[in-house]
Amino acid sequence: MTEVIGEAAPAPGLVNVPVTSGVPVASGVPVASGEPAGAGPDGPVAPLLEDPTGKRNRARRARAVPSWARRLAGPALLLLGWFAVTGFDLVSDRAFASPGAVLDAARELWGSGELADNLGVSLYRVGWGCALGVAIGLALAVIAGFFRFGEDVVDSAMNFLRTIPVIALLPLIIVWIGIGEEAKIFLITAGVVFPIYMNTFAGIRSVDIKLVEAGRAFGLGRAGLVRRVIIPGALPGFLVGLRWSLGVAWLLLVFAEQVNTDSGIGYLLNSAQAWNRTDIMVLCLVIYGLLGLLCDGFVRLLERSLLSWRRGFSGT
Amino acid sequence: MATRILRDLTGADEAAAAIRVRGLTRVFGDHVVLDGLDLTVAPGEFVALLGRSGSGKSTLLRILGGFDDEVSGEVLAARRRAVVFQEPRLLPWTRALGNVVLGLPGADVDRRGRAALAEVGLAGRERSWPVTLSGGEAQRVALARALVREPDLVMLDEPFGALDALTRIRMHALLQELCRRHRPAVLFVTHDVDEAILLADRVLVLTDGRLSLDVPVGLPTPRPRAHPAFAALRARLLTELGVRDLAEAAT
Repeated sequence: MTEVIGEAAPAPGLVNVPVTSGVPVASGVPVASGEPAGAGPDGPVAPLLEDPTGKRNRARRARAVPSWARRLAGPALLLLGWFAVTGFDLVSDRAFASPGAVLDAARELWGSGELADNLGVSLYRVGWGCALGVAIGLALAVIAGFFRFGEDVVDSAMNFLRTIPVIALLPLIIVWIGIGEEAKIFLITAGVVFPIYMNTFAGIRSVDIKLVEAGRAFGLGRAGLVRRVIIPGALPGFLVGLRWSLGVAWLLLVFAEQVNTDSGIGYLLNSAQAWNRTDIMVLCLVIYGLLGLLCDGFVRLLERSLLSWRRGFSGT
Repeated sequence: MATRILRDLTGADEAAAAIRVRGLTRVFGDHVVLDGLDLTVAPGEFVALLGRSGSGKSTLLRILGGFDDEVSGEVLAARRRAVVFQEPRLLPWTRALGNVVLGLPGADVDRRGRAALAEVGLAGRERSWPVTLSGGEAQRVALARALVREPDLVMLDEPFGALDALTRIRMHALLQELCRRHRPAVLFVTHDVDEAILLADRVLVLTDGRLSLDVPVGLPTPRPRAHPAFAALRARLLTELGVRDLAEAAT
C-alpha cells in the first residue's frame, strides 16, 4: 500500500492529528495541504510537561520494620491503651480491671482448676457443634450442588430456614431437648450449618464449566470429575464458610452458656457478674478473643496448605 | 449421549478417515448454525478451518469433541481424539504433570507425561502450578496433554489466538514439528488466514453452515509469506471470508 502524506502538511502535533487519506495517489500530489486549526504559525504548540510520578519517584527503600512487627503494633497499642486507662485511674477498678488484675484472676482460677475445667467444657461444646454443623452443611451442599433434584428441594428449604435467626430457636430447643449439653451443641450446630452450606454450595456452582468440559474431554468419569475438578474448585468457598462458621460458633456459645448452665466460659462470665468481679469478666472476654484468633489462625493454616496453587507457591 | 451418533471410525468401511461428517445440521432455536455440512478428513491430514465469527466453527468442533449431541446427520470421528481449547483450560489446583496425565489410566502415565512435557520443551516444569506458567507455556502444557493420549485426531480451537505474535511463531514451529513426528489428523480452527496457509495441507472456509471453499494449499514447506502463491491464496481466502477490500490491498 502506498500512503502518501503531502509534503506541505505540518508535522503531527498533539492538539491536532492531521487526517491523511489512505487512498493511493500515484503522482504524489500533496493531499493534506490545509493548515490544521489550532496550530500556531510556526507549527504545533509546545505542550506543557510535568512529572507523572509527582516527584515521588524515589526507588522504594527497604522497610526498616519487618511485617510481623507491624502486625503486632495494633494489638500492642490496644494493650497500651488498656494499661493507660486503668493505670491513670481514668476508670475505676470496679468498672474495668487493669491488665495486672486480670492476670492475677487468671492465675487464681488456673490454680483452683476452675479455668481449665470451664475452658474444657466450652471447647467440648464448640468442637461437637462445629463438627456436626460442618458435616451436615457439607452433606447438604453436596446434595444440592451435584443433583438438580437436590438443589430444588434442599436449596429452597435452606434459603427459607436461613432467614430465621438461630438464637430465636433457643426457646424451642429448650422445649425439645431440655437445657442439657445436647441443647447447647444443637444451637451451635444449627448456626454452623448455614455458612458452611451457603459457601460450599456457591463454591460447587462456581466451578468453571469449561474445566468440567475439559476434564470430561480428557476421560474423567463422574467420580473423577468430582474428585479432580469439583471438590478442589469448591474448596475456597468451603474455607470461607468454615472461617465464618467458627465465628458464629463462638457467638452462639456465649448465648448457650448463659442459659441455665453450671459450667463453661459463659457461666464463668455470668457468675463473675454476681460476685462483681470485673477482673474475671475481662479475663473471659480476653479468652473469647484469643480463642477466636486461634480459630482464624487454624483456617489460615488450612488455606495456606490447601490453596497453595492460588499463590503460585511452588514449594516441594 | 453423543455415542448414539458419534460412532467410532475403524477405517474398515470406505476409505480410511479421521473425520467423516455427512449432512450435519445443528439448529439453535430458529437459527441454523450448521446446515447439512459434509466433511472428510484423511488420517494424518492437517486441515485448517476458517470462518467469520458466528459461522459455526466452534459449534462443529464442539460436536466433534462430543460436547454437543443435539444434531442430525452422520458424525464420525476417530475414537482416540484430543482437543486443545482456545484457553489452556488447565486445572489450577493440579501441577503441570498432573494436568498432562489427567484421566489417563495405566501404570507408567507419569513417565509418558514427563516425555510429553519434554517434547513441548517444558522438561523440569512438571511440578509447576498453572498460575506460574506464561500463556505460551500453559498452551504448551495443553498441547502435551493432547499429545500424551497418542491421538489419531487432534482438534485445536483457535489455540494460539490469545498469544503474542512472537510466541505464536514459536508455537507454529512446535506444532509443525509435533505433527511431523506423530502424524495425527489435525482439524485446526482459526480466524487467521496466514496461520491457516502456513500450517495446513488443506484450507476450508465455513460460510452459513456449509463449506463454501475447500482448497489444497500445495505450497512447499517452509512457506514464505512473500511467495506469490501464498499471497494469491490469502487474497482468495480473504475474499471468501468477505473482506474483499483488504484482499485487494493484500495482492
